[in-house]
Amino acid sequence: MSLSLIYSTFPWLSLAIWTPVVSGLFVIYLGKKSSLLSIKNIKVLSLSFSLICFFISIVPVLTFDSNIDAFQLVEKFMWLDRFNVQYFFGIDGISLWFLPLTAFITFIVILAGWDVVKKEVSLYMGSFLILSGLMKGVFSALDGLMFYLFFEATLIPMYIIIGVWGGPRRVYAAFKFFLYTFLGSVLALLAIIYLYIDSGSFSIIDWHVLPINLNIQIYVFLAFFLAFAVKIPMWPVHTWLPDAHVEAPTGGSIVLAAIMLKLGAYGFLRFSLPITPDASQFFSPVIIGISLVAVIYIGLVALVQTDMKKLVAYSSVAHMGFVSLGFFLFSILGINGAIVQMISHGFVSGAMFFSIGVLYDRMHSREIADYGGVANKMPIFSVFFVFFAMANAGLPGTSGFVGEFFVILAALETNFWLGLLSALTLILGAAYSLWLVKRVIFGEIKNENVRGLSDLNSREFILMIFLSFFVLLIGIKPDLLTNKMSVSVNRLIDQLEYGKDKSTDKLSSKKENKKVFKVNYLSKVVK
Amino acid sequence: MESILVLIVSSPLLGAILAGFFGSKFSKKFVHSFTIFCVFVSTSLSLYVFKYILQGNSYEYSLFTWAELGELRFEIGFLVDSLTVSMMLVVNFVSLMVHIYTIGYMHEDAGYKRFFSYISLFTFAMLMLVMSNNFLQLFFGWEAVGLVSYLLIGFWFNKETAIYANLKAFLVNRVGDLGFLLGIGLIVSATGSLNYLEIFDALSILVDQQYVLFDWWNVSLLTLISIFLFVGAMGKSAQFPLHVWLPDSMEGPTPISALIHAATMVTAGIFMVSRMSPIFELSEQALIFIMIIGSITAFFMGILGMVQNDIKKVIAYSTLSQLGYMTVALGASAYSLAMFHLITHAFFKALLFLAAGSVILGMHHEQDIRKMGGLWKHMPITWIVSLIGTLSLVGFPFFSGFYSKDLIILAVGVSSLEVAGFIHLILEAGVFITAFYSFRVFFLVFHGKPRFDSSQHAPKESKFVVIFPLIFLAIPSLFLGGLIFEPLVFSGWFDDAIFVLPNHDFLLNLNFISSDVFDFALHGFLTITFLLLCAGTLTAFLFAISYPRAAEILSFYFPKIKTILNEKYYFDKFNDWFFANGSRFVGERLFRIFDKMFIDSFLVHGTAKLVNNVAALLRLLQTGYLFHYAIAMFLAIASLLWWFIPQPI
Repeated sequence: MSLSLIYSTFPWLSLAIWTPVVSGLFVIYLGKKSSLLSIKNIKVLSLSFSLICFFISIVPVLTFDSNIDAFQLVEKFMWLDRFNVQYFFGIDGISLWFLPLTAFITFIVILAGWDVVKKEVSLYMGSFLILSGLMKGVFSALDGLMFYLFFEATLIPMYIIIGVWGGPRRVYAAFKFFLYTFLGSVLALLAIIYLYIDSGSFSIIDWHVLPINLNIQIYVFLAFFLAFAVKIPMWPVHTWLPDAHVEAPTGGSIVLAAIMLKLGAYGFLRFSLPITPDASQFFSPVIIGISLVAVIYIGLVALVQTDMKKLVAYSSVAHMGFVSLGFFLFSILGINGAIVQMISHGFVSGAMFFSIGVLYDRMHSREIADYGGVANKMPIFSVFFVFFAMANAGLPGTSGFVGEFFVILAALETNFWLGLLSALTLILGAAYSLWLVKRVIFGEIKNENVRGLSDLNSREFILMIFLSFFVLLIGIKPDLLTNKMSVSVNRLIDQLEYGKDKSTDKLSSKKENKKVFKVNYLSKVVK
Repeated sequence: MESILVLIVSSPLLGAILAGFFGSKFSKKFVHSFTIFCVFVSTSLSLYVFKYILQGNSYEYSLFTWAELGELRFEIGFLVDSLTVSMMLVVNFVSLMVHIYTIGYMHEDAGYKRFFSYISLFTFAMLMLVMSNNFLQLFFGWEAVGLVSYLLIGFWFNKETAIYANLKAFLVNRVGDLGFLLGIGLIVSATGSLNYLEIFDALSILVDQQYVLFDWWNVSLLTLISIFLFVGAMGKSAQFPLHVWLPDSMEGPTPISALIHAATMVTAGIFMVSRMSPIFELSEQALIFIMIIGSITAFFMGILGMVQNDIKKVIAYSTLSQLGYMTVALGASAYSLAMFHLITHAFFKALLFLAAGSVILGMHHEQDIRKMGGLWKHMPITWIVSLIGTLSLVGFPFFSGFYSKDLIILAVGVSSLEVAGFIHLILEAGVFITAFYSFRVFFLVFHGKPRFDSSQHAPKESKFVVIFPLIFLAIPSLFLGGLIFEPLVFSGWFDDAIFVLPNHDFLLNLNFISSDVFDFALHGFLTITFLLLCAGTLTAFLFAISYPRAAEILSFYFPKIKTILNEKYYFDKFNDWFFANGSRFVGERLFRIFDKMFIDSFLVHGTAKLVNNVAALLRLLQTGYLFHYAIAMFLAIASLLWWFIPQPI
């Protein structure tokens, strides 16, 4: 099995990655020389940069040929000859959608911070631009070391964003965020070095076809697993996320939930599953178990939160549980569902955090108890809030439904009880989302501050329209997404089924593994 | 045909969008005219489709592909046959009447346009549900009507009881939807398709398959599927024990109680089971389960209806009980009768609700029937239509409800299922109960002495826009049953949509003297059922008019029963305690003990502290004194030498 590469005549990916980074640095530089530009102009400049970056990121989607199983728009140059490190970018159907998503969310956060950020405006805008470039780098890197560099580099702007514009406990949260994720990824570096030594190359594509026997695969898998699990985050290494969200500014929360969590999930797709397929199957029961814990346990924990941001943060963990669950069911439905869930969660959680930011800007409180009866004063906002809460609860017709539906179907196909447990999200998701709505939006006005609320301004309204448009679009026509993904997902499934453990002594156990993997409905039926 | 079907579903949606998003730009009058026009278009087109189906055609068509993953295609499309078109007509007609009624009922409300937007949106969602040709769209409509129901129950969102009720309704429905989704998932994984017709074609290979739930527990696959699908129906059609949301849903405005919580949405479960009759027919156990659940609902909810004092609550419990009757009919494989009762019930129950709304308007938003009485002379039209609705509900011969209900009781009597004999008795008893609570309300509201202060503002008959729908619903409540009796029961109107195994077919077991409507109705006067009906009516008269203290005396002598009935068999208490508080309790404990104490304090901060402590220990070594280092160096070198230099032997 070899993966073909389709080289690009024009370096679109480099452009998509480096434009935001360079423009971000430029904005920060201008900000330091405050005499050059007024704050307003800096904002306008950043916004136009983010728009330009967004349009550049659309190009891959337009040029992507969904019929060919290959990495496309590939750029490949030798970078460090001695270690065989390459400047190597390319996208396939799995990574394709994350580029425009990242660019879009960056546009959203820059607009979301428009009137709200008063301190170090240029640094704020610049950080988000740089961050978006780095994250696009993660999604398109095909060289293991490049991936790692981008993966780690994203921590720096986010650390700054939480540390500078965060809430009262921002230093604690920023440290917790940094250490948690950093410690996790140190082990991934070890795995990357091992793979380099074994294959003599840092190319992820080489690693995909590198034969490794099961024992080694297990170590490599575990090393990667810790890095990605922290990032997703999976239970029980999720506790950094609520703290980071609570302390982060609105924009930080949006990017964190919408994109940064996906870096971990994407890592599973790019590294764990294809490089260590046998170990993935070996560990799948454990990971499915952890994912179900995330869905149910975290769902219950989300229910009792008194802080709106914490509630949505915990609901993020629960939704990401669906992502990891979908991956490790190893079926077309499961993996497609998980990827759609990742994209949908980008919009829905982004919208939820943005809505909370809208309330926070007015009331300076995230406590649910301080609200109640917001619908009386902010009717337009309430429509959007209820809509996004419904999307969060997975209502059909919204994007939140699609991924969950596919994953639940895939789980049912594997095992009835698995399906039952994962489908509990129907109840839990509705319970925490709509209970939040009941306490915040509906009811009599209890707090005098609520009486003084003003409805959405035009900037906020436009953002809400953008977000809800995509939430609806994916809900009504998900094949816009899945059509482009299907070939690459099929290839991933093939890689998993084929396995790569070629050692003879493992052959028997491997066959057993394959049988376990093939447990689908038919084998469960006794005639 | 395609464009007509698309127009039928999309025109109410258009009305909803206009009223909801651009309502502020238009006058009230324009908003209600436009939405009513949209529903009217949908209704007339449905009539056109009805004509087309009447000629013996049916129609199946996939509109667009929603997604395609591997072998599995998810599509949006329409299946139109006798079953669908019947539902379309019922939904559109009742919806149209409710739209018109709303003009009068809600005209003072600040959320006037919002209300129109919601009921139009509901019409759209319900049409999507009934016209679907696949499970995906069915589930979409299923959840979408739930959403609109949620929004409408909580329409007056400043009322604490209303927003409690709507959350409860949504969550209880989600419990049903969980089962429904599992049923759908099992079908999809067994047949590899979501399309109804493809699934029905594939059923024959599933008949004898067993599904391994545990290594030691196999169940028939089709039973499993049927029961889970039915759990969905239990949520939406408010069957025991998922009935708890429906009485509370009366917090919403009355027009939606008529449209959603009586005529259409709550019957979605009945419709779904009828639509899936080829699946349910193949599982006897599931049918028994359905019948038992239905009979419990029919009987016990009827009893609760006897003791309610809120006019809407009585009708709500009556709805529960009637839904129970329909469900029992499903269990007896008499799907066509369940549909028959669904149709007649939609009209007379919508009529009763809207009439109750008219009474509430006339009484200036008083809902307690103990504070009414003697209204017949103030509101003559409401009185007459209520009488028609009540007679239809209790099943008085020649009224619509009689045909459907009597047939259900007969069909259960001849059903071959083991439990059917006992359930037949329960249903007969239910007739007494129905007659009692229906006429109790009727007498308390319209007859006897007025128990309100009429000097201040006397009740008066409602406006024309309120009366008009009442009359238009009263007509089918009177005649429709007789009209469709023959085609529906004997000529097999539903034969193209509903599948019944020959040994389940009640028509073959039941020896009809004649299929003539008149004979059948006349014969209805000679049955025990009719005696029970009369007994119930007389008892109601006794309790309500001639001896009003009877209820007090009974409750004095049976205080325990009174408490149980007042607490509605303790379901609400139990659910609040076990599910609501229980999950919060567990969540709180998991959060405090596991997340905060174990992971954060112990593992995360513990690791940080450990690093600190180790560092502190290591710091002790670095004393800064030269001789310490010198000694350490010396010892180290000595031990290294000791280690490396081979021992002379």
